Amino acid sequence: MTTPAADAAARVAYVLAGGEAQPADLPWLLSPAVDPWLEPLARLAHRRTVAHFGRTVQLYAPVYLSNACLNRCLYCGFSARNEAPRVTLDAAGIEAELDAVRATGFRHVLLVTGEAPDEVGLDYLEAAVRAAKRRFPSVSIEIYPLDEAGYRRLVAAGAEGLVLYQETYDRALYAKVHAGGPKADYDARLEAPERACRAGLRKVGLGTLLGLGDPVEDAVALAGHLARLRKAYWRTFFTLSVPRLRPARGGMRPRVQVSDRLLARMIVAYRLVFRDVGLVVSTREPAALRDRLVPLGVTQMSAGSRTEPGGYATGEGAERQFAVEDGRTPAEVAERLAGLGYEPLWKDWDRNLG
Amino acid sequence: MSVNPGDALVIAGRPIRSRLLVGTGKFPSLGAMRAAIDASGAEIVTVALRRVDLDDPADDLLEHLDRERILLLPNTSGARDADEAVRLARLARAAGLGTWLKLEVTPEPRWLLPDPVETLRAAEILVREGFTVLPYMNADPILARRLEEAGCATVMPLGAPIGSNKGFRTRDAVRIIIENARVPVVVDAGLGLPSHAADALESGADAVLVNTAIAVARDPVAMAQAFAGAVQAGRAAYLAGPGAERDTAEASSPLTGFLDP
Repeated sequence: MTTPAADAAARVAYVLAGGEAQPADLPWLLSPAVDPWLEPLARLAHRRTVAHFGRTVQLYAPVYLSNACLNRCLYCGFSARNEAPRVTLDAAGIEAELDAVRATGFRHVLLVTGEAPDEVGLDYLEAAVRAAKRRFPSVSIEIYPLDEAGYRRLVAAGAEGLVLYQETYDRALYAKVHAGGPKADYDARLEAPERACRAGLRKVGLGTLLGLGDPVEDAVALAGHLARLRKAYWRTFFTLSVPRLRPARGGMRPRVQVSDRLLARMIVAYRLVFRDVGLVVSTREPAALRDRLVPLGVTQMSAGSRTEPGGYATGEGAERQFAVEDGRTPAEVAERLAGLGYEPLWKDWDRNLG
Repeated sequence: MSVNPGDALVIAGRPIRSRLLVGTGKFPSLGAMRAAIDASGAEIVTVALRRVDLDDPADDLLEHLDRERILLLPNTSGARDADEAVRLARLARAAGLGTWLKLEVTPEPRWLLPDPVETLRAAEILVREGFTVLPYMNADPILARRLEEAGCATVMPLGAPIGSNKGFRTRDAVRIIIENARVPVVVDAGLGLPSHAADALESGADAVLVNTAIAVARDPVAMAQAFAGAVQAGRAAYLAGPGAERDTAEASSPLTGFLDP
């Protein structure tokens, strides 16, 4: 029997010597026992990130189309429990919003809706993707789970990326925090990324909502999910996100506190386990922290985000999904990245790549 | 600047002043990229079409490349199959980026390894359409022959996976490719150090293409200069005719010496 500290030292030595970290290594990579070696591990994560992605960070903007939602998720400002007014952008509203985003320099957009198929059905989504594709070389979607045929329609309309977080892989907790609505079906959500891969979405983003479940158990499950998907769908580019639960109207407080330190360990750990997946940090995190996290392995960032429908075009709005922490403009974020020695990538995709 | 005047690299009938080709990705800034390209002395500079805004004549990336001095080699990185690569190539030509093309069909994002089937298919189409095609390929001697037969201007076998900095790992297969080839052989991808580039040139490769090793160096300009020097040294060594490697020291005539009185 080795002591936990000696065990950690041996595992760290193995990884620092170039050994591959596995999903099964996440519990110790995320534990405080790793902290004495966090600096050298972070340097290794940094070197691997730079080797694969270069000194670049790709920028994107989320565009909220609708905050209508049937779900009753305890952590979300769009929850059907909230009395807040609901807004679904019409065709003109979508175009105005997309034009406003394009004018700030973005060429990658992420279209976001709640789960309200009557209000935001496939026809609506298809039209929105087409409108976005006319303006942006890269269009991703963060919407409720679809069947394979549904995803195929959106791919044909021009979507190439999907973001869909399982939130937590703890089934009991999942049932508790998804108190009603279609999202309460754990398996329908769990299997959606696979349907998206089959339908031809080329970039798929997974994640857990940090603050809900046990962060280590969720990370292990997420990494396992990703590892299985990568074997089967070898053409797909995967990303992982590390969103921390933010305050929202009527939203619950985090059940678990995820410290900055744990967040940093998580980015380093994901990079060491998956040297080629994209790692995303959104405006949920404050500016100063985001700047510090970039060199650890981050490859994609949102900037200047508005999390309410119509927020870019009108500058005011409807109920937002969560409170944004990094309030810098896209230009300010880009300038800061350049100052940190990173080229902000506004365009890293072409509409002709399907 | 060539150490051996008269020993020019010629691709598709065009003399090329440097055997070092460079890429434009992964640099910390466009300014750093431009300075490193200048320092490399490279004439052929490849740029990912997916990074370029073809609708925007004042595209930032293109603005930083002096097309009076370099030959722009657009590449199709990100293309998953032949159709996508062909589509990108046509658009690049329509946008005035010329007819030279680095063909990359890399369907998996992990190692960015080239798809041999789709690469050959795309090459056949693009050559027919009048492009000068330089295909990125795995170090497969038969595929090299097939691409040459399809009319490609070079073959560009990888030294190791893109960005891996592992060096010239495909030496044995590339040697067969060189022996067979009637077009220039450019070792592309995986060269992490100037010594790796020299190694490829010493082995008879006509040129190398380097991107990551320069772009992510602490000082990209100095690294670009180092690669330029290594490429010249490697070529000079190749022309000088290196002696064969042996496992042991060898007496002059251990088996037949007895015949001499």
